[in-house]
Amino acid sequence: MIRPDAELLLDITDLHASVEDQPILKGVNLQVRSGEIHAVMGRNGSGKSTLSKVLAGHPAYRVTSGTVLYRGVNLFELEAEERARLGVFLGFQYPVEIPGVSNLEFLRVATNARRLKRNLEELDTFDFEDHVQERLKVVQMDPAFLERSVNEGFSGGEKKRNEILQMALLEPVVAILDETDSGLDIDALRIVAGGVNQLANADNATLLITHYQRLLDEITPDYVHVMASGRILRTGGRELALELEQTGYDWVDKELAAQGVA
Amino acid sequence: MAVSTSEHVLAPVQQRGQVALSRLGLPTRKDEAWRLTNLSRLEAVARMPISNVATASDAPPRMDGVVRLVLDGVNDPLEGVTLPEGLTPLEPKELELALGHSLDRCGWSDDWLIEFNHASAHQLLALRVRGTVPPLELVVAAASGLIATRVLLVVEEKAQLELLQVFSGRGEAAHSHLLEVHLGQEAQMNHGVLACADGLASLFAQLAVEQEPRSAYSLTSVVQGWSLGRIEPRVVQVDGQASTTLKGLAVADVEQQLAVHTSMCFEGPDGELDQLQKCLAAGRSHTIFNGAINVPRKAQRTNAAQLSRNLLLSDRARVDTKPELEIVADDVRCAHGATVSQLQEDELFYLRSRGIGASDAAVLLLRGACQEVVDLLPTHATAWRPLERVLEGLAS
Ligand SMILES: Nc1ncnc2c1ncn2[C@@H]1O[C@H](COP(=O)(O)OP(=O)(O)OP(=O)(O)O)[C@@H](O)[C@H]1O
Ligand SMILES: [Mg+2]
Repeated sequence: MIRPDAELLLDITDLHASVEDQPILKGVNLQVRSGEIHAVMGRNGSGKSTLSKVLAGHPAYRVTSGTVLYRGVNLFELEAEERARLGVFLGFQYPVEIPGVSNLEFLRVATNARRLKRNLEELDTFDFEDHVQERLKVVQMDPAFLERSVNEGFSGGEKKRNEILQMALLEPVVAILDETDSGLDIDALRIVAGGVNQLANADNATLLITHYQRLLDEITPDYVHVMASGRILRTGGRELALELEQTGYDWVDKELAAQGVA
Repeated sequence: MAVSTSEHVLAPVQQRGQVALSRLGLPTRKDEAWRLTNLSRLEAVARMPISNVATASDAPPRMDGVVRLVLDGVNDPLEGVTLPEGLTPLEPKELELALGHSLDRCGWSDDWLIEFNHASAHQLLALRVRGTVPPLELVVAAASGLIATRVLLVVEEKAQLELLQVFSGRGEAAHSHLLEVHLGQEAQMNHGVLACADGLASLFAQLAVEQEPRSAYSLTSVVQGWSLGRIEPRVVQVDGQASTTLKGLAVADVEQQLAVHTSMCFEGPDGELDQLQKCLAAGRSHTIFNGAINVPRKAQRTNAAQLSRNLLLSDRARVDTKPELEIVADDVRCAHGATVSQLQEDELFYLRSRGIGASDAAVLLLRGACQEVVDLLPTHATAWRPLERVLEGLAS
């Protein structure tokens, strides 16, 4: 929902970033305000996941120029864990398996780290059990997954549900969901999309990275951006996604050529 | 009674050991089995005076139903203890026959550490196990100086034993421990070794296990924090057809050197081995794993799997891992693998991206890495808080 008085949560200006000295992001500009849902689309390799990891603070990515303000604060002065505690959330395209670390314990430690920052009481093991049971409903997840190691042996779809469960527990201010829809069956897609809708409110914002309209049928974006070659090439409303479904990305090359970008 | 028996039996062993030691001389780097060892530390242990005072043990309260025996190098471990039904001290006659038998069967001769124990051990506990007995806990207390102990267990046909051995070390001290186990047909033994120290003390533990057909032997060893630590389980399936499980965790930090040398020998067909050794090396420490598996022609249809997984926690730490497979039989399955990795950047980032601080994230990952093995210790080991002990040692 677009509101004129909404808080500017994320202000990305001319962002350049590289990985292993290879420039990937080449001037990203994006503003995200509270209450908004943004979809980011674009070809494979266009830099969508790179943008999400740079925002979350992955150490392998180096910011070479540009600025990102998160609620007015320079994001790059904050460690990854501090960003998370302040409400930046990344739902991973490929959630990591961590053998030997209990999912329940992981979720509890993470939840408490965020709660501490919000001046909320930390939850002990018992209170957390109750809390997590209630949050499981958001993604209709089987409690048995709490007893296992983090993501270990989870199917692709189960991993994605676990990501949204984490989002439900952490209640982020800016949630970046990187292809949360991939790997989900039709029912799971609806459930997960329902969860995201349930968590979206006037005070937070969601950035959905996706390739498919079917997710946007469930979660209505206020803006749709197309990334190409490390920049946001075009921005429109939800109709832009529908148009892409028809035309594909052929026009991207022409537009890049016209701009003198290879 | 037990003390006089053991003195009587051990006196000639000591003499033979001393003769052997002077014949062998201290190990040198030219000796393959000692190539990687910090020999100056070994020498320091060799010169250490034998401890003659019993130190108070730091043992937690004994769990209900667990039989705890304390070896402190001085006092009779059986004094004041009523052994439960099924556990009896060996008679002197039996003892003379049984002592050294498993060592021989494991082919353990002309070995410096064995002779060092022979020459130094003045405390012997020899028990027969019949039927199913309550869980047994053997605590070898920390001492100052050298504490050399020897244990012999005869586990009868179809008997079942759950044994936890605990070693602890503080300051300038060392353990030399020699265990012999004879497992009769269809006997089952679940064996845990929990050996944690403060980084100064040293540990040598030689375990010789002899398995009759259809017996099952499972060893979980957790070794952490010894200046110089060397644990050597040697298992022989005398006629094959038995199952052996070896799971080990070695955690080293600072300048510590921990070595695990295992040897598995199948002397008959249809034997099984399931082995996992994990080593974590932090600081400037060094871990060594050497896993020998011997499958002679008569050991057809042996099924063995050995996995060595190592975690380098600093770029100044060192890990050596070496399988030593000698397979002559043709119809065998013998899988082995070794990995050396570091804490995964992606795992760390995943945890950090959920608000977990970098050092807490590292602790969570290490806990996870250790837990897989620690959880396999006999259940009554929980009283010793093994996981916390191991991780506290790393946190320094
Ligand atoms: N760690 C890395 N090392 C080397 N190259 C990388 C690394 N991370 C990303 N890249 C490269 O950066 C480019 C952008 O990758 P990114 O993952 O951001 O694309 P994406 O838009 O998310 O693609 P997809 O739709 O396939 O998920 C790709 O060419 C990729 O190979
Ligand atoms: Mg991607």
